[in-house]
Amino acid sequence: MQLSRSTRIALRIAAGLGFAVVYVPLALVLVNSFNPDRSASWPPPGWTAHWWSVAWENAGARSALWVSVKAGLGATAIALVLGTLIAFAVARHRFFGRDAISFVVVLPIALPGIVTGIALNSAFSTVLEPLGVGLGLFTVIVGHATFCIVVVFNNVVARLRRTSGTYEEAAMDLGADTFRAFVDVTFPLVRSALFAGALLAFALSFDEIVVTTFTAGPGIETLPIWIFDNMTRPQQAPVVNVVAAVLVVLSVVPIYVAQRLSADTATESRI
Amino acid sequence: MTATLPAAGRSPVRRLAGLLHRRRRLRLSLLLTAPLLWLAVLYLGSLGVLFVSAFWTTNSFTSEVVKVWSTDNFHALLTTPVFRQVILRSIGVALAVTVLCAVIAFPLAFYTARVARPRWRPLLVVAILTPLWASYLVKVYAWRLILSQGGLADWMLRPFGLDGPGFGLPAAVITLTYLWLPYMILPIHTALQQMPTGLLDASADLGARPGRTFRSVVLPMVLPSVAAGSVFTFSLSLGDYITVQIVGGKTQLIGNLVYSNIELNLPMAAALGTVPVLVIVLYLLAMRRTGALSSL
Repeated sequence: MQLSRSTRIALRIAAGLGFAVVYVPLALVLVNSFNPDRSASWPPPGWTAHWWSVAWENAGARSALWVSVKAGLGATAIALVLGTLIAFAVARHRFFGRDAISFVVVLPIALPGIVTGIALNSAFSTVLEPLGVGLGLFTVIVGHATFCIVVVFNNVVARLRRTSGTYEEAAMDLGADTFRAFVDVTFPLVRSALFAGALLAFALSFDEIVVTTFTAGPGIETLPIWIFDNMTRPQQAPVVNVVAAVLVVLSVVPIYVAQRLSADTATESRI
Repeated sequence: MTATLPAAGRSPVRRLAGLLHRRRRLRLSLLLTAPLLWLAVLYLGSLGVLFVSAFWTTNSFTSEVVKVWSTDNFHALLTTPVFRQVILRSIGVALAVTVLCAVIAFPLAFYTARVARPRWRPLLVVAILTPLWASYLVKVYAWRLILSQGGLADWMLRPFGLDGPGFGLPAAVITLTYLWLPYMILPIHTALQQMPTGLLDASADLGARPGRTFRSVVLPMVLPSVAAGSVFTFSLSLGDYITVQIVGGKTQLIGNLVYSNIELNLPMAAALGTVPVLVIVLYLLAMRRTGALSSL
């Protein structure tokens, strides 16, 4: 299709505007963290790095960050194990209900977070409370792991479908047992998929707020919950601005890692 | 070789490996037991109990759940004007967000997939993906900053003698559109990129002007991808209540109703919660007919 010159120009402008709309809000968050004023009126009256040092010493934000990291690591670990197990079952076996399993894995992320949240909340309070176990970090990890399984599963199952089982069979013909074949052949094949899945799972958990709201016990505050609670307090606005800016900057890390990772997988496929 | 094998055969690990290799059923059940306990018992179990509890009622004095089967909650859902209004408004918002996303995403994706220089395309895809990694809450917060009084929106519209939309329903629609836009751009970009150039040339050779080629060739080929993207934009908007709380002013969507009922009337919250689930399932079934789900 030969696009006319004016259509091309129009598309260029539309795309330029589109990307501007996508990035201006993120840039604004960065700029606003240097805003000396507590209000968000534009343009900011000046520049200051004062709030960055204030935020650095903010105990609430620090402990919330720590809770988020712990919850993310816990949920990622569980999701890695469960997601990989399901991926191997689905990709390497045929059994009754295989499609149903793929469906159930997606469900926790497809349904609205609030539905998953209150379902888990009432389950925890009816099952755990009689046992004397209240809501806490543990229940947050359980809730997060539930919806993180799908990203690990997706990554690993896609990798397993692309690599046939013949490598493992070859290893076994050469005398390797099931475990040996897994350690020497299968695991190296799925390693980068596991890593990508783990990265996604951690990011998903780190960012989650709705399920967290309903599974966190008193005193357990993840970073998103902390931001949400402090967002409407004018007193805390500058610190929230800095934390938001830090999160925008940090979002570049997984992009970079993902790019490196796909470069790695490209090398792998070349071999 | 013959010397090592029998020796290894006696080690318990080796015997377990042999057992697992011979008994595929055993291997499969070992693989599936833990995940199924987690997903089927813990997750589906609690979902099931939640939906059963939608048929229970609450004692209006003590707020305690009364486990007597009744369809009162669903009756209220369909007859109470506020509930009906909020349900329709939520579906309307989800549809509006979906349409806006499609309209904005299409020219963007067309540019990144077919107009931009091939050298730049991978970079542009990264540029589309990057906002997906930024925190959901931070993006909503960004729009709270933009739309707040005297904020960037007000400042930009002042030369035209206008005010920004402030917090309310339009703000919620704008913010939700912003949040889910990448989910719409990506599938359209992929579809446009995979479209063979030969088809477009053939259409032009047969005398079609660009407009006609667009309508008769490009659009039908991209539509399943739009449907695939719309599954995300629609269902993510329908279940959201945080965005509405932050930028929606007094606006209530279905998620907010669920949230506000949890403390006092859990069965009613559960009944309200079935609405987005049901609508999303219906939407998925409708989209499956377009072939969208196979391209997800």
